[in-house]
Amino acid sequence: MILQANGVTVRYPAATVNALSEAEFSIGAGELVAVVGPNGGGKTTLVRALLGLAPLAHGTVTLDGKPIQAWRRGELARIVALVPQLEDTPFSWRVGEIVGFGRYARRGPLEAMGADDIAAVNRALERCDVGSLRSRRIETLSGGEWQRVRIARALAQEPQLLVLDEPTASLDLGHEMALFELVSGLVGGGLAALVVTHDLNLASRYAARILLLDGGRVVAAGTPGEVLRAELLSRVFRWPVAVRPLEDGAPQVLALRPGPEQSHYS
Amino acid sequence: MKALLILAVIAALACLAGLALGAVPLSPKAVLTALLSPDAPSAAIIRELRAPRVALAFVVGGSLGVSGAALQALVRNPLADPYLLGISGGAGVGAVVAIALGLGSAWGVPAAAFAGGLCAIALVYRLSAVAGRRLDPHILILAGVVVSAFTGAAITAVLTLSPAEQLRNAFLWLLGGFSAASWRTVLVFAAYAFVPLLLLLASARALDLLSLGEEPAQSLGLDAPKARRIVYLSTSLLTAASVAVCGVVGFVGLVAPHALRGVLGPLHRRLLPAVFLASGAFLVLADAAARTAARPIELPVGVVTALVGVPLFAVLLRRTLR
Repeated sequence: MILQANGVTVRYPAATVNALSEAEFSIGAGELVAVVGPNGGGKTTLVRALLGLAPLAHGTVTLDGKPIQAWRRGELARIVALVPQLEDTPFSWRVGEIVGFGRYARRGPLEAMGADDIAAVNRALERCDVGSLRSRRIETLSGGEWQRVRIARALAQEPQLLVLDEPTASLDLGHEMALFELVSGLVGGGLAALVVTHDLNLASRYAARILLLDGGRVVAAGTPGEVLRAELLSRVFRWPVAVRPLEDGAPQVLALRPGPEQSHYS
Repeated sequence: MKALLILAVIAALACLAGLALGAVPLSPKAVLTALLSPDAPSAAIIRELRAPRVALAFVVGGSLGVSGAALQALVRNPLADPYLLGISGGAGVGAVVAIALGLGSAWGVPAAAFAGGLCAIALVYRLSAVAGRRLDPHILILAGVVVSAFTGAAITAVLTLSPAEQLRNAFLWLLGGFSAASWRTVLVFAAYAFVPLLLLLASARALDLLSLGEEPAQSLGLDAPKARRIVYLSTSLLTAASVAVCGVVGFVGLVAPHALRGVLGPLHRRLLPAVFLASGAFLVLADAAARTAARPIELPVGVVTALVGVPLFAVLLRRTLR
């Protein structure tokens, strides 16, 4: 599996500026790539473009050499799974039903779930530690449980690429770490994972590569050490930061309060 | 399956009640005898008057119920209903125009109503898109109300301008109800409704995904634009066929889907067949009530469905705003 974007430009109807300009990107099996950047920087647009959900003004996105628009939705869903940033539904689904939707693309329109579908759903539920919630109604779940259920649904698709758009936004520290550990374990098993996140420090510790987006442009791409540089981040986020390595070498970013802190760290 | 069996029994009992009640009340035994033997004393009333009426009310009710359930998943709003979204009103305009132009044949009125219904739902969509947040549930209902008001005005305009003999036909049709039901209207309706009903049943899993929203649905493998077109066309066609044979009857698409989702859960594979049976039974009973409540005067059946539907709408509105 290799997903590649070349010179991708997206402009939404009636917008005066590009949501994404000339973006270059690629991800292959066994890679965890983080996409970071300020709000409105184009992260979600990049995700949408990569999945063929945003109209491309220029450039190409190809999955295994074939243009993303040429893939049928059903075929694509067997290779790429998305956990969107926001999602709500008016109905009172049960957790098992939501995760079962991950098997949609693997069944005919009127076909019932087969043994392999049920096995995939069970595996996904276990991996995300939501097996005990199976018959719970979704409106009774906490934000963190709902998030893990949605990730389980994506895993039930048995994808080769998992795309997570700000997956830890509603998670506490423990669940946040558990999620990154889970994804990193899956990546160790050959899955490719693209994670949009605001958490630069977790991106630094888990991702092999980081893509920094600002104003719809890729302003830096490379290893955490190459991208997470204090003067670059201070400029992009419009706030002074300091960068210090952890013992294992992963750079960690600290936003500075104005005044003494700044002179101390810089 | 068990739920379907129970609903089938309820539907059968509702139909029996629909056959027994009327200007001349009959005992269930008399009804059954009349159904079994053509020579029974009340065979003519049952076979030629009440049976087509009950059959038409049942299939129209079932179709409106399934349309409501499908639209609720499509626009992701439990308040959606062909009537509240303005589709019925649009279909009404189409039908009245056809009647006023003297094109009011049994087959032509549904086709004109279909065109009107499609225009109405396109207009509702455009209006809610203007408001920015696309498909915001409450804006969509508001757009439906506005379009209904507009179609009401359009119907009045068409009636005012129609020649006298067509005016009478249009008025008779506008009052709505099943008093003109015959086996031919049942046949016309079934011919129009059969394919869209099958399409909606076959879209059960697509409806599950559509209710999650555009992005989740697409990433799970649904061709959402195509699925949405199928649901629009099918629900508009069902609504149009219903409006053509019995006028504008509101709220049928609201009651059964809401009640059954609480019991069976939202999976459409289970929900839609159950909604068909329950909504059919509901409209048969509503029609029976309309015939008998103010005897010998017959109330329009839409009055009865509104009396049940409006309080339910209030409860649902309160719940979605929470």
